[in-house]
Amino acid sequence: MRVALFATCVNDALYPSTAIATVKVLERLGVEVDFPAAQTCCGQPQFNTGYRRATEPLVHRMARAFEGYDHVVTPSGSCVAMVRDNYPRIGARAAAEGRGQGLADAAASLVPRVRELTEFLVDVLGVTDVGAYFPHTVTYHPSCHGLRMLGLGDRPRRLLQAVKGLQLIELPGAEECCGFGGTFAVKNADVSAAMGDDKIRNALSTDADVLCGADNSCLMHIGGMLRRRDAPQRALHLAEILASTEEEPLR
Amino acid sequence: MSGTFIGMPSFPEAARDAVRDTTLRGNLRHATHTIRAKRAGAVAELDDWAQLREAGKQIKDRTLRHLDTHLEQVERAVTAAGGTVHWAADADEANRIVTDLVKATGETEVVKVKSMATQEIGLNAALEEAGIRAYETDLAELIVQLGDDLPSHILVPAIHRNRGEIRDIFRDNMADWGRPAPDGLTDRPADLAEAARLHLREKFLRAKVGISGANFMVAETGTLVVVESEGNGRMCLTLPETLISVVGIEKVVPTWRDLEVFLQLLPRSSTAERMNPYTTMWTGTTDGDGPRAFHLVLLDNGRTDTLADEVGRQALRCIRCSACLNVCPVYERAGGHAYGSAYPGPIGAILTPQLRGTATELDASLPYASSLCGACYEVCPVAIDIPEVLVHLREKVADQGGRGHRLERAAMRAATWLLDHPAALTAGERLASRTRKLHPRRLPGPGVREWTNSRDLPELPAEPFRDWWKKNHE
Repeated sequence: MRVALFATCVNDALYPSTAIATVKVLERLGVEVDFPAAQTCCGQPQFNTGYRRATEPLVHRMARAFEGYDHVVTPSGSCVAMVRDNYPRIGARAAAEGRGQGLADAAASLVPRVRELTEFLVDVLGVTDVGAYFPHTVTYHPSCHGLRMLGLGDRPRRLLQAVKGLQLIELPGAEECCGFGGTFAVKNADVSAAMGDDKIRNALSTDADVLCGADNSCLMHIGGMLRRRDAPQRALHLAEILASTEEEPLR
Repeated sequence: MSGTFIGMPSFPEAARDAVRDTTLRGNLRHATHTIRAKRAGAVAELDDWAQLREAGKQIKDRTLRHLDTHLEQVERAVTAAGGTVHWAADADEANRIVTDLVKATGETEVVKVKSMATQEIGLNAALEEAGIRAYETDLAELIVQLGDDLPSHILVPAIHRNRGEIRDIFRDNMADWGRPAPDGLTDRPADLAEAARLHLREKFLRAKVGISGANFMVAETGTLVVVESEGNGRMCLTLPETLISVVGIEKVVPTWRDLEVFLQLLPRSSTAERMNPYTTMWTGTTDGDGPRAFHLVLLDNGRTDTLADEVGRQALRCIRCSACLNVCPVYERAGGHAYGSAYPGPIGAILTPQLRGTATELDASLPYASSLCGACYEVCPVAIDIPEVLVHLREKVADQGGRGHRLERAAMRAATWLLDHPAALTAGERLASRTRKLHPRRLPGPGVREWTNSRDLPELPAEPFRDWWKKNHE
């Protein structure tokens, strides 16, 4: 099976280790991975901040970049939610504004093929044990877009529970937002930080070595707060845990 | 109520103070988490909740599509049943109508049932100006009124107060408004309720005019419906000689069969009860039973404009249950006052900018008062997609330009250009990576400063992913 990796702009520029880990996991499972170089960003920051029209060129770019692939896999729930929920809206609005069907067609062609990593592993490949090894205590934060918009449910937890050596500890208040919210983090910095405080207090109460998530934008916020406090816990993307093996353990 | 939301600062500014108020944070966390869990339990009892929710949404949408027809039906039915219907285009007109109606009775005091519509239009202040004293009779509204405070929650307006604070408010201020608090009042809930009961009882028995809102108006019979928990509503709706109800035009449901759906959705979503303790329904006037005069003031105040917006109109489905407030992480930290209107929380963030417009800094800041986590949409009993409307309103605010948004628009356009030119993007990523050792932990400048005040910036990688890919896969 051949899939296209949508690395996302955040992972490309700031967290390449997550994109590399995604490639490793997929290749280990026998999937052939392509990285179409024309890809950049899904446009979520622009769209959610109120700049819908500035998002439109990126909708076209995404559709063109991933043309011809049956599956587009990405280690970011919120980017999938952006494509799945908002691309059709962007297309419909453009059509309603008398600017033709081009965007709507672009959205319709892409939407059904985009999968968040855990969706792809569990639903398409049908695996939960990916052969990973990670001898640490881990607590899992389900980011809001994955949790509520995509309905990822227990997929990430099932994947984590199948990791050899990993002990999964429940995160109190897991379903509460961490306070990132894109530009919310700077437009309402005080409330965002207060939400983040509560999130890391809950995370630290588990005494887990690692706070795992499936969305690096949230982890950039949570991890940034943990590091600011020199807390004895690190934020880590799920893909990096799944990529870790006994032969090649994550350091 | 003598407090006012007018002239309040923007949401982020107001929220900054609330976030630092540890008592307020504690009160809100305790209250919202308790009711949140109870609601989840009450909703889980029904295996047809999803269908009820869908039915509620569809009934509201259908009704709003033909709102004019249903409202005229309400007017005909109420008039036929002995009531008088008044139409108010905005808050000023509604306040004038109500004030004139009270004046015509010759009374100088009224008792009030908790009502969002009269909060929205600032009726109490308008009455006060005309020399008429309005007594709030809902326990939480009473606490707010006695404390010279503002409501901070749709259902429990005094949610920001704990019982010690309430005891102090009763002890210090009840005498100014009527019967004083009993000597040695404790902060036990039963004692506080008893003090309120004694204080309010004399007002119920004395008042000749009652003022209410309504949760629903049933068009086919012209029947108004008020649901409540304390029985103060029943008193105000039945004892006075004159009853005046101020009701938003979106509160109409066509038939009693439609009402049945909402009488299931509302109590479970708001108080987490299977059924609310008191449901009062009245149709015009009845000889020898209840008020002899009944006036219905139908309030627009921005609702028709909201209805004209294809995305934003779903806010008019709202049945004021406040489930969205109770699950909202932003509301929990910022408190209700920061939203600067009678409608706090997620629903306020989409309703206020539509009813009042986005001309003030506060109103323009409301659509951004959300991390778009979606918890509000998940619990909404009429499926209002609040995140969708928030983003839609952000677009409107951004389009109107103004402070900060011109610069932001330029930045967003620049970002899109860069993201639409991968070669330039890659060059930028490489430059950032190669200079990473030089990046400080805290940075000045808009956006970055707000970020680095509470969080470290991510450590930049040695190379962007696309370079790794090139080396290893091409």
